[in-house]
Amino acid sequence: MVRIAGAARWEVVVVGGPNTSMTDRVRALVAAHRGDRGALLPILHRIQAEFGYVDQEVVPVLAAELNLSRADVHGVITFYTDFRSEPAGRVVVKLCRAEACQSVGAEQLVAHAEQALGIKLGQTTPDGSVTLEQVFCLGNCALGPAAQIDERVVGRLSPSRLDALLAAEARMA
Amino acid sequence: MTAPVTVYVPCDSAALSVGADLVAAELEAAGRPIRVVRNGSRGMLWLEPLVEVVTDRGRIGYGPVEPERVGDLVAAGLLDGADHELCQGVVDQLPWLADQTRICFARVGITDPLSPEDYLAHGGMAGLRRALARSGGDVVAEVTESGLRGRGGAGFPAGIKWKTVADTPGPDKFVCCNADEGDSGTFADRMLMEGDPFTLVEGMTIAGYAVGAQEGYIYIRSEYPDAVRTMRKAIEIARAQGWLGGDVLGSGVRFDLHVRVGAGAYICGEETAMLESLEGKRGMVRAKPPIPAITGLFGKPTVVNNVLTLASVPAILADGAPAYQALGVERSRGTQVFQLAGNIARGGVFETAFGLSLRDLVERYGGATRTGRPIRAVQVGGPLGAYVPESGLDLPLEYEAFASAGAMLGHGGIVVFDDTVDMAAMARFAMEFCAEESCGKCTPCRVGAVRGVEVIDRIVAGEDPDGNLALLGDLCELMTDGSLCAMGGLTPMPVRSALLHFPDDFTARH
Ligand SMILES: Cc1cc2nc3c(=O)[nH]c(=O)nc-3n(C[C@H](O)[C@H](O)[C@H](O)COP(=O)(O)O)c2cc1C
Ligand code: SF4
Repeated sequence: MVRIAGAARWEVVVVGGPNTSMTDRVRALVAAHRGDRGALLPILHRIQAEFGYVDQEVVPVLAAELNLSRADVHGVITFYTDFRSEPAGRVVVKLCRAEACQSVGAEQLVAHAEQALGIKLGQTTPDGSVTLEQVFCLGNCALGPAAQIDERVVGRLSPSRLDALLAAEARMA
Repeated sequence: MTAPVTVYVPCDSAALSVGADLVAAELEAAGRPIRVVRNGSRGMLWLEPLVEVVTDRGRIGYGPVEPERVGDLVAAGLLDGADHELCQGVVDQLPWLADQTRICFARVGITDPLSPEDYLAHGGMAGLRRALARSGGDVVAEVTESGLRGRGGAGFPAGIKWKTVADTPGPDKFVCCNADEGDSGTFADRMLMEGDPFTLVEGMTIAGYAVGAQEGYIYIRSEYPDAVRTMRKAIEIARAQGWLGGDVLGSGVRFDLHVRVGAGAYICGEETAMLESLEGKRGMVRAKPPIPAITGLFGKPTVVNNVLTLASVPAILADGAPAYQALGVERSRGTQVFQLAGNIARGGVFETAFGLSLRDLVERYGGATRTGRPIRAVQVGGPLGAYVPESGLDLPLEYEAFASAGAMLGHGGIVVFDDTVDMAAMARFAMEFCAEESCGKCTPCRVGAVRGVEVIDRIVAGEDPDGNLALLGDLCELMTDGSLCAMGGLTPMPVRSALLHFPDDFTARH
C-alpha cells in the first residue's frame, strides 16, 4: 500500500497510474460527487487524500467544473487549515495545544518536540521525514497530552513516549 | 467444550490512543477461545484500556491494561474474572458509574456500537416508533415540555427551535447535526458517535419527522476520523434495517442522512458558519436575522442541534416528557453529559441531572488533580468559558447559576488546572486562539484579538501596567459589545475571569 501523509482513513486512497494527470483525476472526483449539493469540501478532502496536498493547478479545473469563480475556490482552500498548499513530510505529527492538554504539560511537550526534531511548529524536517504542527483539541482531553501521528491519536504522552513513537515511525518509513 | 468467554475491549478513540487495539490483539493471541466485542468506552477514561470479562457475577473490569500486561493478566485468571491488582470489580456497580443518571449515554460502553441487534435489545428505536405513531406537532410539543435545551453551548430550548422550523412552510427542510465539537475539554459528542451512533440516527430521524424534513447532515470535524467512519457505517446499516430511507420503520415517512467532514476550522462550530461550510463555502459567520430555523441550509428552514441535544430526544419520546422534566433544577431540566478533563485524576464522561455542584464533580468523582497538587482554576464551557477559582467550585451545575456568576456551562467541558498554571498565559492563549480561529468578518474580533495578545504581553513585561490594563479592559468591552458572534463576543470571558480572580499573575516578573 502506498502511504500518503495526511491521507484520512475515511477516504479511499486511489493512486493514479502514470497516465492519469492530476487534471483528469480532479475531473473524475468532481464527477463522483455530481449529485451532491455544495460538494467542494468533500472534493477537496479527496484531492488532499490522494495527492497529499491541494495543488494550485486544480483551482481553475474545480472552478470550471463546479461553475464557481477561481477566487471562490481559492478562498475556500486557504480558509481551512486541512488543505495544504504543498506536500507534508512523510509523517505528520500534530501536537494538541488546547487548554486541557496545556494543563498537563503540552507546552513543554511542544518545546521538547521542537528541540528533538530541530524544527518549529509548522515546519518540516530538512530530510522530509516529519512535519510538526499544532492542533487545537483532538477530543482526548482526559488523557492528555495528546497528539495525532498521521491519523492515529495518541494519549498520555510524555517526552520519552513521543520520542519512542517517532523512532517507531522512522523505522517503519 | 465450554462456550468462549466474551471479552469487551473499547474501540473508542480515547481507548485506542492508549493501546486498546494492541490489547485486543494480545487477548486474541492469548490461547483460549474468546469472543472479543469492541464496545464504546464506559467513560472512565483513567481506566482505559478497560477490559471487561463477562462472568456469572456480571461484567468484571480490568484497567488500565497495558498491552504488555495482557499475558500476565490472562495467566492470573482474567478470563474467569479472577482477582488482580487491576481488577475493578463489577463495572456497573462502581460508584462512579452507579451514581450517574445515564439517559443520553445509556448504551455507550455497554453495546457493540454497530450492532442493530444490540441497539434494539437495549431499547433502541422505541422513541422513533412512539414518535411515528403521533403527529409531528405532538412530537414537537413533547420535546418542548421535556425542557430540553441545546447542549451545544447556548442552551436554547430545542422544542421552540423545532416549532419555528415546523411552522415555516416549504417542501425542503433540513436537520443538521453540529458535531464540530471544537471546545477543548469536550469529547462527549465524539464518544456518543463512536459508542452509540444509532441513537443520533434515531434522534435526527425524530427531528426530521417532527418538523417535516426529509434530509439531514451530520457535520463532523476532521479531527475525528473514527467518529466519521462509525457514523458512515451506522447510516449504511440503518438504511439496510429500514430505519432510514423512503419508508422509515414501515411508516411511509422518508428520511435520510449524510455525513460531511469539516476541515480544521473552530469557527465552523458556530451554526451559521457550519451551514456555509456545508454549502461548500468558507466558514464565514452569517449575520442574524435571518435565523437558520427560517433561512438555513441552502436557504431552507433548518434545525441545527448539537449531537447531545439530538441524542437525548429518543429517550424523551420513549419515556415521555415528564420523566425527563422531573430531572434537574430550575430551568435546567434533564441531564447533562459533563466531561472531566485536563489535569484530573479520574477524567471522563459523567452524565447527571443538573444541579450537582462543580466541586462534587471535580473533587468527589474526578478525584481532583492528576498531579496531586492543589486545584487552582477550572475552566468550564470551552475556550470561551470563564476560569473559576478554587474558591468558586461550590457553584451548582446549572445554566442560570453559571450565567449569574459570569461564567457559562457551554457544552459541559470541565478543564482542571493545578497551582502551577500561569493565568496570564491562559488569558493570552484565549486571545491567541481567537486571533487564530476568527473568521475575520468583523473588526472587533479579527483585530481585537491580535491587539489583546500584544497588550497582555506588555502588561506581563511590566510596560505601563495600569495604562495597558485599562486598555485591555476597553478591548474586552469592545469585543463583547461589537462582535458579530460569540467567538469575538465571549473571548473576553476567560480573559476577564483570569484578571478578576488571578490579578497577581499579571504583574511583571523579572
Ligand atoms: C465560536 C463558536 C463555536 C461553536 N462550536 C460549537 C460546536 O462545536 N458544537 C455545537 O454543537 N455548537 C457549537 N456552537 C454553538 C452553535 O452556534 C449553536 O448554538 C448550536 O449548534 C445549536 O445547537 P443546540 O441548540 O442543540 O445547542 C458554537 C458557537 C460559537 C459561537
Ligand atoms: S466575532 Fe469573530 S468569528 Fe464571529 S463573525 Fe466576527 S470575526 Fe467572525
